Amino acid sequence: MVKLTIDGRQTEAKEGAMVLDAARALNIYIPTLCAHESVSAYGACRLCTVDITTRSGRNRMVTSCLYPVEEGLAVKTTTEKIAAHRRMLIQLLLARCPESPELKAMAKKLGADDTPFPKEDPAKNHNCILCALCTRACDEVVGQSAISFVNRGVAREMAIPFYNDSDACIACGSCFYICPTNAIQMTDKNGKRRFVMPHNTMEFELAQCAQCGRYHLPKRQIAWMAKKSGQPLEFFARCISCREEVRL
Amino acid sequence: MKLTAQQLKNKIKPILGKNHNDPAMLVSILQDTQTELGYLPRKALAEIHKELNIPLTQVYGVATFFKAFSLEPRGRHQIQVCMGTACHVRGAEKILDTVERELGIMPGENDKDLRFSLETVNCVGACALGPIVIVDGDYAGEMKIDKVKPLLKNYK
Repeated sequence: MVKLTIDGRQTEAKEGAMVLDAARALNIYIPTLCAHESVSAYGACRLCTVDITTRSGRNRMVTSCLYPVEEGLAVKTTTEKIAAHRRMLIQLLLARCPESPELKAMAKKLGADDTPFPKEDPAKNHNCILCALCTRACDEVVGQSAISFVNRGVAREMAIPFYNDSDACIACGSCFYICPTNAIQMTDKNGKRRFVMPHNTMEFELAQCAQCGRYHLPKRQIAWMAKKSGQPLEFFARCISCREEVRL
Repeated sequence: MKLTAQQLKNKIKPILGKNHNDPAMLVSILQDTQTELGYLPRKALAEIHKELNIPLTQVYGVATFFKAFSLEPRGRHQIQVCMGTACHVRGAEKILDTVERELGIMPGENDKDLRFSLETVNCVGACALGPIVIVDGDYAGEMKIDKVKPLLKNYK
């Protein structure tokens, strides 16, 4: 175990744990947009920036989601400097996606009413802040890597290959659930699941429950589940409610 | 040059072999593929994705990341006009204008019969020879407006 202080409070954390997690274990609030316990840390939004002083007396700002705990580390999560830094960051994000309600709420929390920077056209980024939560979820949790970043620099955006190759996608919707700014929309309608991504749309067929007849899962996801679990396809022919009933 | 699926496979196989079928060599594989085919066709990327057993998103992400890779067909001859500082003060702008007018294309485009692709570069390290035009890796230094047409004539 590693001993460190966060906002003056002594604490212990496992070696290799990140400062963000150690702070959260103490119920200390650090704002984040791109952090999620299900995927690896990435450091895209940088809102979790904190002030650290190492044992040797070096002082600097780091992203707490990517900084491992150290013996004798002194962390400050809410200094004037940090607050100003976070305000600037959220203002920049807000300039990128000026209409995102989630970013507006975060900005308010961090003490910024509006952004002083020139706002980009909302149709350009479609509320996507390139936090990579969706691509990490698709890669690390689902294991399909159906979406990724394409292009570079200011042209970087999240999309499927060639903007129309959705072969790897199983339509599970993990990206939709994890997106911190709701940049991905998912709707089930008329037996189809439709995704509206920032730069492309996809449509997949849903399967009907053999018993109650409701559309319960995308066909591709069923095939994926059968492959991963080793259960026969017929096992997933009925929806989860109908299956549970039988077991009772 | 239209390739059948089998021909494409046969072209890519040795490239992968040369790079030990190693996903870490992806950039090198894409470079070799582009040298071989002139650009990176969609089917070639799909083939590399299948053979190396890596996600297509990874191949596509790398191919779009680097400016050196082209996903669109390019001309048989690559023209690069240097717009670096030294070439600029010696009139690179006018040379580029002339090339553009001669071929009827802008930087980043191909001409209609895919004879030439035109792009600008920022300094090729031969400033004493400026303004410089490079065609297929051959340097043509001390370019003048009336030297453009004869130069392009050498390439069919």
